[in-house]
Amino acid sequence: MDFAFFAEIVPKLLAGLPLTLELAGTSILLGGILALTLALAQRLRQPWIDWPIRGFVALFRGTPLLVQIFLIYYGLGQFRLTLQELGLWGLFREPYWCAILALTLNTTAYGSEILRGAMQSVPIGQIEAAQAFGMTRLMTLRRIVLPIALRQALPSYGNEIILMVKGTSLASIVTLMEVTGIAQGIISQTYRAVEVFVCAGAIYLILNFIITRTLGRLEHNLSRHLRPASGFATSPT
Amino acid sequence: MKLLPIACLAAALSIGAALSASAEDAPKKITIATEGAYAPWNFTTADGKPDGMEVELARNLCERMKVECTIITQDWDGLIPALTVGKFDVIMASMFITDKRLEVIDFTQPYAIDPSGFAVAKDSPLGALAGSSEKIKLEDEAPAKAAIDKIKPLIAGKVVGVQAATSNLEFLKKYFDGSVEIREYKTTEQHDLDLAAGRVDALFAQQTALAATLAKPEFSGYTVAGPGFVGGVFGRGTGAGLRKQDTALKAMLNKAIDEAIADGTVKKLSLKWLKTDVTPPK
Amino acid sequence: MLDSLGLLGFGDGGWAEALLSAALVTLLLSIAGFMVGSVIGALAASARVSGSRPLGLLADAYSTVFRGVPDLLTIYLLYFGGSMALTAVGHWFGAEGFVGLPAFATGTTAIGIISGAYQAEVFRGAYIAIDRGQIEAARAYGMPPALMLRRVIAPQLMRHAIPGLGNGWQLVLKDSALISVIGLVELMRQAQIGAGSTREPFLFYTAAAALYLAIASTTGLLFKRAERRALRGFRRV
Repeated sequence: MDFAFFAEIVPKLLAGLPLTLELAGTSILLGGILALTLALAQRLRQPWIDWPIRGFVALFRGTPLLVQIFLIYYGLGQFRLTLQELGLWGLFREPYWCAILALTLNTTAYGSEILRGAMQSVPIGQIEAAQAFGMTRLMTLRRIVLPIALRQALPSYGNEIILMVKGTSLASIVTLMEVTGIAQGIISQTYRAVEVFVCAGAIYLILNFIITRTLGRLEHNLSRHLRPASGFATSPT
Repeated sequence: MKLLPIACLAAALSIGAALSASAEDAPKKITIATEGAYAPWNFTTADGKPDGMEVELARNLCERMKVECTIITQDWDGLIPALTVGKFDVIMASMFITDKRLEVIDFTQPYAIDPSGFAVAKDSPLGALAGSSEKIKLEDEAPAKAAIDKIKPLIAGKVVGVQAATSNLEFLKKYFDGSVEIREYKTTEQHDLDLAAGRVDALFAQQTALAATLAKPEFSGYTVAGPGFVGGVFGRGTGAGLRKQDTALKAMLNKAIDEAIADGTVKKLSLKWLKTDVTPPK
Repeated sequence: MLDSLGLLGFGDGGWAEALLSAALVTLLLSIAGFMVGSVIGALAASARVSGSRPLGLLADAYSTVFRGVPDLLTIYLLYFGGSMALTAVGHWFGAEGFVGLPAFATGTTAIGIISGAYQAEVFRGAYIAIDRGQIEAARAYGMPPALMLRRVIAPQLMRHAIPGLGNGWQLVLKDSALISVIGLVELMRQAQIGAGSTREPFLFYTAAAALYLAIASTTGLLFKRAERRALRGFRRV
């Protein structure tokens, strides 16, 4: 293992980082919004809303992301004419949007389950208290249920974010040159698979470490009221 | 701690299992890897078996060498790294003998010469050029440059699909970088699907593989266009790849290929699978 | 589209047998990988609760690395790097030439190592959840450690671990699709072969998705039953 080789490939690999971040960021953001929408919709307890959502969630949680990407990219590519009529071909034509779509739908399915569970875990007493104060349902949701649920969901959602960052490595399969795609390109030039994959792996590891730390700090700040005030913790001198 | 002995046991077991496999100078048993996704050279049938021109040729060569052969499939971009770490002994996957590959592995003599070219829609500017059996040698710089300069304006701005880690990609990067958008695929089957879907405007691949693809009804609007390119980044034709230290195996394979070319086996298989003769000239 | 459904039939030119036997490979690969993961996970978890600092750090590093690096990269690394390492060890013991593992064994190991990092967290969490008083009581009775493990710790550990293990199993099942990249003909690869050679990607990836879903939901029910069994005699809270 020579250092010069690592020094040469690291900048090349890092050139794929913006795309990796873009894919992860866009799908986590869009997926987060959709997941929250689905989780809220399920609170309405309407069977005609519930069943399609449950089907969607089961489908995307029960199949590998790899299959989903292939199905959306190559599978739907067969229906070009139909998609053109619907005006959607512009979207499905681009590997970038297909990857975003697959990643977003996948994280929506997992995220909606996390948020649904978190909302269910909000103590009923808190909701009753809010209603006793005369809060409307919407206001209870906004002021009581959501803040408690989101804080509750943060650790699990953090795991989901890490899974998404890792999931972007599959985008190379639909011709996108993110970190893993570039790694494979370098290997085809140098044939040094182990060194290149170690470097690429390290980039993801550091990225995920930063995300874990940031989310840990956020969680820490959000649960400040649950800990004793810092003044009490100082040791007596 | 009780963990340590368990770990030692596990390590010992795996080494024990591993020790049973080892290679000798003149091998009796070899494993040949092909891609299994590059019809008609090599592909996988519905029951999961590799088949195609190279698979049949590989079996024929093994018979001549009197060795027991196992033919396996491996993703294209992992073939050379996997060969060097000893996953198998020989690559027969329509791989061109290029200088760059020769830095890492060795090759037998070529068993085929097959030019690479473009496939585009018949009604596109490049499609109007129609296919020609003309072969352009990239070493002959003046005619090669003339041919490339003729194609360039006809395909400018188009999206071209090409398989990753191939000499075809090298060629596009070297001669067409900036004038077309290059999109890299793991397999040629995948760029075929994207040509059918209309995500790419053209393909660049070996002409025999393109011809087989375009024979399918959904590609009736497409044609192989322009001349075929050989030499230069395409190297010295298609050969069987092997590790540099396996010199005995190389000698055996070279002798078998000599015989297969001499008695017309290569020509026969070539005509059967590729509908054209790709036997390298003497 | 409909006329191509015949491709999924049995007999000549039909891919049903190939897909079903590939699904069986997926199932066996997942089971083997999950079991290897359980062993590694249990070892890593016991290293972390052992109180030994170096062992704890080692286990910690293992689980951080394999949860932070994309599974695809881990699989590639073990595929290429594993052979190099085995060959080196083999030479050390006097073997000549190359030492390799068949694709199924490599896949099992890769899944086992990835899943072990996840299962270590599950086992550790379950161990921590055991009431300390129970262990102290067993000690006070003079129970030898082996008996205590069998009668007190293991049964309770399993009860707490089963839901987490159920999730881990689902992850393994989906991860097994990535083993397709190292050439093992499991369900994903078989679908790719079919899609490539018939040019019917939608049909084949849909079939693959349906088979994954079938395996995921059937085995999911088994885990639910195991969970109910482990929880019998306990009040649901």
